[in-house]
Amino acid sequence: MAPPLLQVKDLRVRFVTEDGTVRAVDGVSFDLRQGEVLAIVGESGCGKSVTAQTLLGLTRSPNARIEGSVRYADRELITASDEELRAIRGEEMAMVFQDPMTSLNPVYKVGDQITEQILAHSNVSEHVALEEAVRLLRAVGIPDAERRAGDYPHEYSGGMRQRAMIAMALSLEPKILIADEPSTALDVTIQAQILRLLELLNRDRGLAMIMITHDLGVVAEVADRVLVMYAGRIVESGTLDEVFYDPQHPYTWGLLGSLTRIDQPHAEALAQISGQPPSMLALPEGCHFQPRCPHRFERCMEVPALIERDREGSGHSDRCWLDPDRKRELRQMGDRIGLEVPAA
Amino acid sequence: MSAGTAPPEAPVVGPETIEGPSGDGVPLLEVSHLVKYFPIKSGLLIDREVGQVRAVDDVSLTLSAGETLGLVGESGCGKSTLCRTILQLLEPTSGSVRFEGRELSGRSRKELQPLRREMQMIFQDPFASLNPRKRVGQIVGDPLRLHGMASSSELRAQVQDLLERVGLSSEHYNRFPHEFSGGQRQRIGIARALALRPRMIIADEPVSALDVSIRAQIINLLAELQQEFSLTYVFVSHDLGVVRHVADRIAVMYVGKIVEIGPADAVCENPIHPYTLALLSAVPIPDPKENAAREPLVLEGDVPSPSDPPPACRFHTRCPAATEVCSEIEPPLVDYGDGHLAACHHPQNLDRQRIAAARIAPETPLEAGDAMPQPGSHRLTSE
Repeated sequence: MAPPLLQVKDLRVRFVTEDGTVRAVDGVSFDLRQGEVLAIVGESGCGKSVTAQTLLGLTRSPNARIEGSVRYADRELITASDEELRAIRGEEMAMVFQDPMTSLNPVYKVGDQITEQILAHSNVSEHVALEEAVRLLRAVGIPDAERRAGDYPHEYSGGMRQRAMIAMALSLEPKILIADEPSTALDVTIQAQILRLLELLNRDRGLAMIMITHDLGVVAEVADRVLVMYAGRIVESGTLDEVFYDPQHPYTWGLLGSLTRIDQPHAEALAQISGQPPSMLALPEGCHFQPRCPHRFERCMEVPALIERDREGSGHSDRCWLDPDRKRELRQMGDRIGLEVPAA
Repeated sequence: MSAGTAPPEAPVVGPETIEGPSGDGVPLLEVSHLVKYFPIKSGLLIDREVGQVRAVDDVSLTLSAGETLGLVGESGCGKSTLCRTILQLLEPTSGSVRFEGRELSGRSRKELQPLRREMQMIFQDPFASLNPRKRVGQIVGDPLRLHGMASSSELRAQVQDLLERVGLSSEHYNRFPHEFSGGQRQRIGIARALALRPRMIIADEPVSALDVSIRAQIINLLAELQQEFSLTYVFVSHDLGVVRHVADRIAVMYVGKIVEIGPADAVCENPIHPYTLALLSAVPIPDPKENAAREPLVLEGDVPSPSDPPPACRFHTRCPAATEVCSEIEPPLVDYGDGHLAACHHPQNLDRQRIAAARIAPETPLEAGDAMPQPGSHRLTSE
């Protein structure tokens, strides 16, 4: 097998704040292969966005402590200088953010913003760069791209702005696209358009993607592999099918069990995960999910390791003390996966 | 004190009253031909009206006591404006809203005051809808105090009772909103809406801002409260999965109009309007195999602006089934039986018998044509 495009090992990001140290990312490791779509799922504050931003050095700040290793093409990005990182951003790895209105500059024309990026990274004339910008806008499905390149961001609809962001991200032909909740702020019919566009880019250009999302529907649609994060740690990782059809961590069971689906009629009550996500300043001891987990026992007060379940090397791993056989018994509640079905 | 459970006065049933789908009793809420336009003004010294945003454009629907109506549509389709106009938080441009037979539109603030007790609202953003300077006890207790439903000695006990009922603790009485997480704040908002023991609650995207693991808790809580207090809900959401789970009936809106309304399962399994079909097909299913097996119907383009809606059928600019007639005549809202209504010239998922037996529903917009759809035209591949 070819070596992975991107290798993240034991990434740790801490932020020193007035109220204490926040362990936003606590020992995250994963590989991203050529042409692969990796989804990182989890709730707000679980560290999924900080993980993604740290890859590009966007979390560097005086109060951030970043440890571990991010290797891309024989280069170590954690210790790379700001200048080295600037060369990698855009050209090797590009990022698309959730809210396209705040990530586009409102006082510059959309075409000029894309042109500026091209000019900053290559020696072409302004005219050539603008032509390239128009070509990119057309490629991401902006109708009448030549004219619309001269529009300001407010003249675009939400879906078009996100397309423009994707065009900008693609302008330097990166190998990896990091998309942080790219469709969350959009309407469903527009979300479908954007997801379709990302799928095409992945399929036709072999673009590798890291997709940050909280929506398991989006994951099911685009991902090859899935990382489930909870309170700064990966609690489960595996292929799409492994995580959806053979989930190992009780938190994953809870997420999958509590979903409402359009293709399923009204159930009596939804399975639910009790309690609240923990404060990142006062994390529970041991397994962070333990206070909300109905299956906890004494051992859960120690931190479980991320362990690979089978020896065949598929990489399906989880971070839980429960015995795998016991888990198989516990997992099926009624005819669905889930943590607790509340008493009627 | 249980003022909210006092028997309602005998409702006056108008001649045009449409019964709810169950057919039993009088509808709790009747909205007929409701219109809300916002003026677009321009000019330096004198404001001239240069146009109108047609946020809600001739909407009719009924709601029976104890039922949950899901209202879905994309941003800008008018679902929030419809809710606010029903509650008379916005003054309707025309049309009528009746609650238990009593006309609400055109009443003064003072006349509406006692009626407000019966209709409450839960908002989307639990961070923005609670006053950060007030303590929880005050936030939840204010409605009781303002409506004179609790003496100051009883107030604390009543509020604490409410807090416990929504899954908070009575010790939270003296805390401020910022001390709570999003899910807990939404519980405070629910306790506030519940304080006056309303008959109907309009929930505008109540779970959209919440994390996945909290969403199920709030949905279950709303269902429990509905049972306990026999509440009627209007549940607004852009998330069809959530709506299918909570609603008995679903109404689909597109640019100010209801394009389809019917029993939740029928709307989700056999959508008649191409827009509903596209909306359902756009929602990713959290199951990789199911997802891969679907043939998605991805719509081109964006939702048109309600300030300049397309003529006739408002969906014709994006509709894969559209023909000439769609841009010329507004389709009537047609009743296909079992309370399943749709406004489309090219209805989907229907056999000849159902199309032949269909009739124009009384809820049809006043400006709509009266041409019935013909069977067998323009089948779209669904699923």
